[in-house]
Amino acid sequence: MISPDGMPGSFDRGLGKTVDWWLVGTYLLLVLIGWINIYASIHSTEPASIFDWTARSGKQAIWILTAFALDVLILFIINPRLWEVLSPYGYVAVFFLLVLVIFVSKDVKGSHSWFELGPVKFQPAEISKITTSLLLAMVMSKPTFRLSNRKHLLTVAAIIGLPMLAILGESETGSALVYVGFIFVLYREGLSGWWLFLVGMAILLFILTLVTKWWVSVAVLFTVCAGYFIQVLRQSRREERVRRRKALSRSLLAFAAGVVVVLATGFVFNQVLQDHQRKRIEVLLGLKEDPAGVGYNVRQSMIAIGSGGLFGKGYLHGTQTTYGFVPEQSTDFIFCTVGEEWGFLGCLAVIALYVFLIWRIIEDADRSREAFTRIYGYCLAACLFMHLFINIGMTIGLMPVIGIPLPLLSYGGSSLWAFSVMLFIFIALDRQEKKYF
Amino acid sequence: MEINRKSRLQLGLVAVAAVLLVKLFYIQIVNDKYKRDASNNSMVYNYIYPPRGVIYDRNGEILVGNEVCYDISVTPRDVTPFDTLALSSALGVEPEFIRERMAYYRQYRTRIGWQTLSFLKHIPQENYIRFAEEAYRFPGFKAEVRSVRQYPFNAGGNLLGYISEVDADYIQNHPEYRSGDYVGKTGLEAAMEEQLRGVKGYHIYLRDSRNRVQSPYLDGADDKEAEPGKDVVSTIDAHLQQYGQRLMEGKVGSVVAIEPSTGEILAMVSSPGIDVDVLSDIGKHYAEIAKNPRKPMFNRTVMASYPPGSVFKLINGLIGLQEGVLKPSDSYPCNHGFPYGGNHRLGCHGHASPLSLLSAIATSCNGYFCYVFRNILDNKRYATTAEAFDVWREHVLSFGFGRKLGSDFPSELGGNIPTSAFYDKVYGKGRWRFQTVISLSIGQGEIGATPLQIANLAATMANRGYYYIPHIVKDSEGIEIDPKYKERQYTMVDTAHFHTAVKGMYMAVNGGGTAGGTAFSARIPGLDVCGKTGTAQNPHGKDNSVFICFAPMDNPKIAVAAYVENAGFGATWALPVASLMLEKYLKGEISPERQYLEDRLMTTRFF
Repeated sequence: MISPDGMPGSFDRGLGKTVDWWLVGTYLLLVLIGWINIYASIHSTEPASIFDWTARSGKQAIWILTAFALDVLILFIINPRLWEVLSPYGYVAVFFLLVLVIFVSKDVKGSHSWFELGPVKFQPAEISKITTSLLLAMVMSKPTFRLSNRKHLLTVAAIIGLPMLAILGESETGSALVYVGFIFVLYREGLSGWWLFLVGMAILLFILTLVTKWWVSVAVLFTVCAGYFIQVLRQSRREERVRRRKALSRSLLAFAAGVVVVLATGFVFNQVLQDHQRKRIEVLLGLKEDPAGVGYNVRQSMIAIGSGGLFGKGYLHGTQTTYGFVPEQSTDFIFCTVGEEWGFLGCLAVIALYVFLIWRIIEDADRSREAFTRIYGYCLAACLFMHLFINIGMTIGLMPVIGIPLPLLSYGGSSLWAFSVMLFIFIALDRQEKKYF
Repeated sequence: MEINRKSRLQLGLVAVAAVLLVKLFYIQIVNDKYKRDASNNSMVYNYIYPPRGVIYDRNGEILVGNEVCYDISVTPRDVTPFDTLALSSALGVEPEFIRERMAYYRQYRTRIGWQTLSFLKHIPQENYIRFAEEAYRFPGFKAEVRSVRQYPFNAGGNLLGYISEVDADYIQNHPEYRSGDYVGKTGLEAAMEEQLRGVKGYHIYLRDSRNRVQSPYLDGADDKEAEPGKDVVSTIDAHLQQYGQRLMEGKVGSVVAIEPSTGEILAMVSSPGIDVDVLSDIGKHYAEIAKNPRKPMFNRTVMASYPPGSVFKLINGLIGLQEGVLKPSDSYPCNHGFPYGGNHRLGCHGHASPLSLLSAIATSCNGYFCYVFRNILDNKRYATTAEAFDVWREHVLSFGFGRKLGSDFPSELGGNIPTSAFYDKVYGKGRWRFQTVISLSIGQGEIGATPLQIANLAATMANRGYYYIPHIVKDSEGIEIDPKYKERQYTMVDTAHFHTAVKGMYMAVNGGGTAGGTAFSARIPGLDVCGKTGTAQNPHGKDNSVFICFAPMDNPKIAVAAYVENAGFGATWALPVASLMLEKYLKGEISPERQYLEDRLMTTRFF
């Protein structure tokens, strides 16, 4: 406190009170856990030092240090106001890169998403999450913005949909799927809960149609729609004609939409999805067994995690991960190392850290007086949540194999930088507000 | 409302985390399947391949043996930097080859992981020795000793069949096989796969997380030693088989020789066939074989369905005698054929007329057998032609035609003998008569028979009324053949009638009676050869040439059938092939006065 008498200009409270150190601490812990597990996952025949710069753990150390530098830059040097101002330009520039990369990149396992500039490789899809979130926050925080306004809603849909389509064009289905998470932000900002329900139902119907007969899905659909209508009938009084009529048209519309989903399932599954995606879904749903091919990754990953038991096999003592049964073990399948060497307790701890991180971001965001900070915070939480669920779900056979990293843990500079920047922009926005209020 | 939504989202977050944790709890603590799989992952099975059984011929000659060969495998993760030039000179390959392979392993190192891959197959022994001396310089590379098939005789390529590495589809249906195993795909190798392959053994080792083999698992208590495959003795006579192949060179067709007293197949030639040196390396030659329009892989002896032609007259004659509609003394006129249905005439060649059954067989008179077949179908005992026809068909089937004989050779087909229902369908019920199916009288028309069935007919004639199911594997130590191969299969015709027919066959070769025989050149002094020629019309070109014979007349030792496609009269091509086989087998060599036949065959090639 520079001025104890409370004069204007003296509200700037110290670092200790403005920066959310809980978030920073959780962030540091996750990054550290990631680093030692990357070392464990490459630790095989000839154990090198964790600082061996030619190995992945050494490289990750460099990524981590540079990420810290970025964090400091964002937290203390860049004026947080700048983000809001720059968001349209950033969005357009990154979108341009997203499209450009489709045409100039090399084919990496079927996807066209990496820029290669000499030794440096980066994926614009990682940055796109940030720019999309910023623009979304900017547009939606305008005082005149209303989600109920159809034009506004379409604008929002376009902001989310354009990069999503471009990323789909790069054949990075996993990264595109993350954008579905923005629906939670819209929900928080007043989008009818019906949309969440409808999206959920659509996914459920898709799966149900694949694993059973089409008429089972239609039957389930009918039961849900009819159940909803009857519920409204019972709750409403005879005079509430409008409410009843609305419920009727709603359930009829939902039923019709559901039938379209059921009918489209076969088409989407067989015509739109690529061969490897179809196989991954088939393996996940147990429609086909393929332990040596597509199922191999998941099988090995579940063996590694499952063999960890309650306490795990101990650090650097995993047989499955260090021995190289699990593919992509330092990137997308890093959670296997956690599961095998640290056991259920380790998994519990890591998941708890993520939940704490996301929970606290939501708390901070929701408390914020500035709509921009709030909406951006929710965007950040949604992205983290989608990554967490898809990635861990994949390693334990709850989700099809979709190659996206586990935030802050997985090996890779692009991803670590992107999530660090994204998180610290939020911490900086949050700090800026606390400085003056 | 707003607060409510925040809490709902937070609740959703916790719920999803709970779902993840429940699943984790299940696979990490409740279900111990994954712990078991993990230990399987860290056990190393070192497989020991048993030598495949040897195939012998009936006289103890080795038809298929084994030869040691050396493969080099590599575990890329164990490879440390090495002298490429030293390895390339030890293995006798280009350094470029090694560099390419290593680059490939580096590119796919994550996918390869700790797997051991095949690096080089079938290297010569001298390279193996050089490699073994210097192996310490090349960690990660390992030499494996395996055996490949080796063929001392160029005899019976199609008959022996080939082996090849199992593919993914095969493993799916046969879980006892693993990638890298070999399996018999055709011929004897396929038929006797179970006996020949033996039982693989293995030693189990534990490895640590660095893939170092630590110790034998349970001190080797669960290890299993390999059991070598059983040897198979085939009924084939290697020299006769080889001789048959040489006679058939450049001709399309088959020769099958059977020992009538046992049903053992002495030779089984399908031409053009597969040379044995192609067999041992079938993969390399596959495209070339598949492209050949004469289909060398197609085993004509058991799969082709030909009209048997005049040799079938024997069966019609025998059925006529059995049904009582023909007596040996019955004479019918034949004036260059048999007139039927207005201006039609089934033609015949010039010979004395009228003639009796014996002469009709000896001269292969078409007209006579039209009368015989007419008598069979117009038999008053049966109400309709169709009924009489079905009785006839049952007789024919008892000779082993129109159905699979049931030999132990894989991919045998059954040929075709039509049913009355077939003609009912074509012409309408009751709307066909003897005249409609007159070609069956002389073994033409809708009849199809495999060369094996035709040879079986020769054996049945030799046995005067029964046969043993032709087979290709003999009883030997450890292998017992199906008892059905030791049972006589009787035809529905009495033995007495066979004596008449056999006499006709004798006359066809050796002359006698009133008419000239068709098979004079099959005569071998000292061997009472009985034979029957045939010339089967072929809708696709020149007539097919057929000849069946057996000798000696009393107590026959061998029955042969030869079928040469598009070669014209039976007497010209099929006859010398079959009769030379017969002479070779019984006398061991060809007599000087018959040498010209052999010369003619060996120098004539149709393609």
